[in-house]
Amino acid sequence: MNDKRFQKRTLFLIAYLVFAILPIYWMVNMSFKTNEEILSSFSLWPQHFTWDNYKTIFTDESWYSGYINSLIYVAINTVISLTVALPAAYAFSRYQFLGDKHVFFWLLTNRMTPPAVFLLPFFQLYTTVGLMDTHIAVALAHLLFNVPLAVWILEGFMSGIPREIDETAYIDGYSFPRFFLTIFLPLIKAGVGVAAFFCFMFSWVELLLARTLTSVNAKPIVATMTRTVSASGMDWATLAAAGVLTIVPGAIVIWFVRHYIAKGFAMGRV
Amino acid sequence: MAHITLDLAHSYKPRPQQDSDYALLPLAMEFQDGGAYALLGPSGCGKTTMLNIMSGLLVPSHGKVLFDGRDVTRATPQDRNIAQVFQFPVIYDTMTVAENLAFPLKNRKLPEARIRERVGRIAEMLEMSGQLDQRAAGLAADAKQKISLGRGLVREDVAAVLFDEPLTVIDPHLKWQLRRKLKQIHHELKLTLIYVTHDQVEALTFADQVVVMSRGKVMQLGTPDALFERPQHQFVGHFIGSPGMNFLPAQSAAGRLQVAGHALEQPAGRGLPEGALQVGVRPEYLALAQPGAAGALPCTVQRVQDIGTYQMLTAQVGEHLLRARFAPEQRLPAPGETAWLQVLGAHTCYYQNEELLP
Amino acid sequence: MSATTKPVNQKAWFLILPVLLCVAFSAIVPLMTVVNYSVQDIISPERRVFVGTEWFAAVMRDEELHAALWRQLTFSLAVLLVEIPLGILLALSMPAQGWKASAVLVLVALSLLIPWNVVGTIWQIYGRTDIGLLGAALQSMGIDYNYTGHASDAWVTVLVMDVWHWTPLVALLCYAGLRSIPDAYYQAARIDGASKLAVFRYIQLPKMRGVLMIAVLLRFMDSFMIYTIILLLCFILYNWMQRVGTTAKEGAGHE
Repeated sequence: MNDKRFQKRTLFLIAYLVFAILPIYWMVNMSFKTNEEILSSFSLWPQHFTWDNYKTIFTDESWYSGYINSLIYVAINTVISLTVALPAAYAFSRYQFLGDKHVFFWLLTNRMTPPAVFLLPFFQLYTTVGLMDTHIAVALAHLLFNVPLAVWILEGFMSGIPREIDETAYIDGYSFPRFFLTIFLPLIKAGVGVAAFFCFMFSWVELLLARTLTSVNAKPIVATMTRTVSASGMDWATLAAAGVLTIVPGAIVIWFVRHYIAKGFAMGRV
Repeated sequence: MAHITLDLAHSYKPRPQQDSDYALLPLAMEFQDGGAYALLGPSGCGKTTMLNIMSGLLVPSHGKVLFDGRDVTRATPQDRNIAQVFQFPVIYDTMTVAENLAFPLKNRKLPEARIRERVGRIAEMLEMSGQLDQRAAGLAADAKQKISLGRGLVREDVAAVLFDEPLTVIDPHLKWQLRRKLKQIHHELKLTLIYVTHDQVEALTFADQVVVMSRGKVMQLGTPDALFERPQHQFVGHFIGSPGMNFLPAQSAAGRLQVAGHALEQPAGRGLPEGALQVGVRPEYLALAQPGAAGALPCTVQRVQDIGTYQMLTAQVGEHLLRARFAPEQRLPAPGETAWLQVLGAHTCYYQNEELLP
Repeated sequence: MSATTKPVNQKAWFLILPVLLCVAFSAIVPLMTVVNYSVQDIISPERRVFVGTEWFAAVMRDEELHAALWRQLTFSLAVLLVEIPLGILLALSMPAQGWKASAVLVLVALSLLIPWNVVGTIWQIYGRTDIGLLGAALQSMGIDYNYTGHASDAWVTVLVMDVWHWTPLVALLCYAGLRSIPDAYYQAARIDGASKLAVFRYIQLPKMRGVLMIAVLLRFMDSFMIYTIILLLCFILYNWMQRVGTTAKEGAGHE
């Protein structure tokens, strides 16, 4: 009885995985072909395998700068999000204070706001402050939904650490910063990992704000990819290669935090 | 109600080479129909493994399990008709108490009236009749454990009820209530009950017979009395009792015992073999003796503690510490003084290679 | 988690101050701006007339808006109806431990980490009949599929794309919920003689209730974002165009 059930489930799993991976595979497939081959013939794997498209991206500054820009603002955003979220999560987890529940709830509602609502105001705001087309601008804008998320996740993990550890540290004479950095942080490193992963993920994939707030200097890869139409028609091959390269950082990050993902989701957060 | 026979060994590894590869070393045991048994031992001794093999959640790698002579080694828990209560309450959150209790019977497709009657009877036995329509999720831990227990008892033909440390999450002041309830149920329903615990007080008060285990090996199966008076193995002597048995190394030669630098006469008619032995005597039986009495040793008193219901005397002889329990009103020597303790007596046990000598 | 109540400490406000500053900068200030604009008729940068709820009333009355809203709700519902059961089923099929669990987890989560325009690009290519696998396959099977030409084809494509993109979120949430169920529950169910369906209904589903609610909420809100992008872009851009002096148009809110 057990075996039959497993059979059906394994088949379903394989079927879904095929459904999930096939479009990605197709793009990978295209990225190793030349434009001529794509337009002329139709094959499941490259007849004339070529690295040219990737070479173009790695050598053409207008392409690879896109990746670097994206990575920069995502990194800045993750660092800022975590830095401000950690003390806040600690406060929510350990103390009661006036309006604590309401502030927490309000933070969560920010997570659910569509960024499009803030498109124009952001545009005006950053133009006024003179931060248009900088990495910091996008990083700050993404704080809108990443900070509540980070606070939410970290608070969940922190609540799982018994308060007795804090109290013992104070009795032992630790100052708060020292306690936080040397004792507390290592205990919740799984939580920090999960929070960092989600900050990375939501910032990396976000398109609207990133495109609106940048033009030349900090243009992210998501915006660069929209300009692949040239005189000779749509540059499918390079586009495909660029697309594949946007997935790579995500896959790497997921691999590193794979053990913590289940735990992080299990806190009921996200 | 079933008579369970075990003749098996179990290893989680595919090709066990040595003793340490086995979770359960080869054993053969019988559990009588209607008896209350406890599996007692420290963590990791294999008692939960044995329980799971009996319930059918685990198939032993070697050997077989018989219920009333029927080979059920590969049978499912359902087929064996057993019930199991786990460490933490396992209830169906979305159902009421009554629905929880009725669930096993519904799955067996019993008629409605029968189910209601059984549920009512069991609820009464567990003193939960007033809570039948409450949602199970909102109750306290001990009530939830009673529901878990009830789900096992509600089936009339249940072969045995197996408990895996069920009182772990219960508040201490409620534990004795539940224990009393279990004994009551055993008395009324005359089921075979098998209870796994690491708490010897629980085991000794609950069971008719206790199985003491250590590191996959069954050390002794016996009544609480037998375990106390005649532990078959040094481990049992040490594990049972609070504190456990005192052990002194001794050399047996020509009718005399060299114990801690003193030569003592061996008790008459004992017939102890020559060579290295261990002398075991329980703190309850270490009495004060006259200086120079046969079978007594001079010890330096280290500490006298008043525990309330008894006094504990700790004394040193040679390099070894002896502990003795005395009645609260007895006058004891002060620390630093010499006390003579009757080591060899009627209740003393002798061990060679950790096994009890007859 | 400690059962004792948390100590009251108003100084904790200092700890959350950085967070409030960041979110205020990113959220409150812009939101105020939006609200500000939405209740004004901006004829020119110097001349602004407060019109209260006139814009809102006009928008509510707009026929095209109603149609769009209706389409959006249908879309959201369809998305939920497909993604939630599919996600649950996927979570039930994913292995619980070992290297296979990690490998499947990475493969399933992959589609969540792709930038949203790349998702669009992938499916744009995939669906074309000349260079896309899906398009070509459908064409060779005789199905007339053209997502740029036929509205219903486009609708189905967008739906499939959303399912492909976001089902893993539901699945991962449910997967985590399932992993938190101790083995003893399954053992007890076996002993009670429960069927597979009963196990799902009485043990797995209740334990997943928390995560499922989050999943439904997230997907529902996110699917609405598509609508707001269009609405806000046109609505606010229209206002903005007025501000920089382009000629005004009649009416309000065009798709």
